[in-house]
Amino acid sequence: MVSESALTIRGLHYSYGAHHVVDGIDLDATTGSILGVLGPNGAGKSTTISLAVGTRPPDAGQIEIFGLDPYRRHDQTSLLAGVMLQDGGLPMSAKPLQVLRHLASLYPNPLTIDELAEPLGIHEFASRTIRRLSGGQKQRVALAAALIGRPRLVFLDEPCAGLDPQARAVVHDFIRELAAASVAVVLTTHDLAEAEELADEVIVIDRGRIIAQGAPEDLRNASPAGRRLVITVDRPLDQTHRELSSTMSTIAPTSAVGSGFVIDGDLSSGQIAALCTAVAEAGLAITDIDMHSQSLADVFFELTGRPLR
Amino acid sequence: MNQMPPTNQMPRMRTKRVIAQTKFETISVLRNGEQLLLSLILPLGMLIFLAKTPLLGALGLVPEGTDPLTVALPGALSLCLASTAFTGQAIATAFDRRYGVLRQLATTPLGANGLILGKLGAVITVVIIQFLLAFAIALGLGFDGPVNAFALILTTLLGTAALLSLGLLMAGTVRAEATLAGANLIWVLMAGVGGLVIAHPGEWGTVVGYLPSGALGDAMRAAVGGAGFDIKALIVLLVWGLLGTLAARRWFRFE
Repeated sequence: MVSESALTIRGLHYSYGAHHVVDGIDLDATTGSILGVLGPNGAGKSTTISLAVGTRPPDAGQIEIFGLDPYRRHDQTSLLAGVMLQDGGLPMSAKPLQVLRHLASLYPNPLTIDELAEPLGIHEFASRTIRRLSGGQKQRVALAAALIGRPRLVFLDEPCAGLDPQARAVVHDFIRELAAASVAVVLTTHDLAEAEELADEVIVIDRGRIIAQGAPEDLRNASPAGRRLVITVDRPLDQTHRELSSTMSTIAPTSAVGSGFVIDGDLSSGQIAALCTAVAEAGLAITDIDMHSQSLADVFFELTGRPLR
Repeated sequence: MNQMPPTNQMPRMRTKRVIAQTKFETISVLRNGEQLLLSLILPLGMLIFLAKTPLLGALGLVPEGTDPLTVALPGALSLCLASTAFTGQAIATAFDRRYGVLRQLATTPLGANGLILGKLGAVITVVIIQFLLAFAIALGLGFDGPVNAFALILTTLLGTAALLSLGLLMAGTVRAEATLAGANLIWVLMAGVGGLVIAHPGEWGTVVGYLPSGALGDAMRAAVGGAGFDIKALIVLLVWGLLGTLAARRWFRFE
């Protein structure tokens, strides 16, 4: 199937008063693919989504959903785009199927309730009001709410927050099926593993700007070091320990972070033993040793200087 | 996949969506225990209480030999309106706003305007139910005072516009808990000292006559059990409705 441009954003700006939350973002989503939008809290992800679905006008820049301005042509773009908000956006005193039936009645050609309630397991808790559902159950209803109108572009804001691993797998399958059915998916997440697993392309936003962009594996490979060793110790590091890290740097490039050391490079067993000995001689107890290929999480940390959460 | 509907069908679909929202909001009100207490049990209970006890006569609020229902019924109708259009909608909308329901619905084809129209539709539907019950009870208790139907409808529409716009203004600008407390407190004040249920004598009566509660009470007492139109009170309601709508459009925040 030929992919089509579903969402185009150029030069987007938005401020709350003097606070510039979106500062020149460009973004493209195409049908049949999943775009992951990554960034720490307050990076401007949710504001970008809320501008993209036309609930308010941007200060500057162009947004098009299948060629239409979502703010001025909301009548038409709202039929094409489905939105799952981070906080769910569901009325607390209603029951899940009532909410879905009501939302279905707002669209000209909706999915049937069963097409969503069945695979998402909503029938299990259909007799309870939204207020009484667990976080994960609410998330599943909110996902169904975003999809009921047969959208061709779906915005999912943290769709797996608070889900147990089983529910997460169900939702991941769902998202993949959407892309396979030629829907464009825009997925914001804190979960880098999720982005690596699902997204065809990732953009990393920090302080309202895009700081990295590309396929997850490209971003990973662009990072300098191949493998990384993380030694975590039993207490936060103080000045003495930071000096220790410069001793360790004679063995391999080392940085001291929080309560641990991060050593980059392809290390021999002898080098690892020497590093551990250095740590032990400084009187620190090692609580965890982890060696892995650089992940998107490491790349993210390098780009923004802070962990995702 | 999704087909764009032909443009000439868009207005019809918009109406259909507003009706769907009206239905959903009406059912939410009628299924909610606190809303039912506020909208039906308290105003109708008050109607029966004032009609069956000599309280109004003892307070000198109905002349000797006059049916107390000529005061109790318009008072109950005004209180119904305050419950549904102001307090009930303010609280429901404030919590919908807090939980992101307004933002979610604004992204659907219903849109922000459809959402407001749906709320207006639900208020009018619930008010019709309340009025039918209030009149049925009053007639059952032997009410045979004069009713000017046109004045009643005009008062109801202008009263709904004023109270609903002010209720939404509160819901859209203040935290949900503050709205819950404030909207209930204002309801008590409107009913107790705001001229909504009974006319207050002297200067206080003049002052509350310029507030939405007193103006609604005056206009309602004129329409039901009285002489017809209270033009001044209707104009006061109209002005509050315009101010409330302008302010809500200016300051209401969906999040």
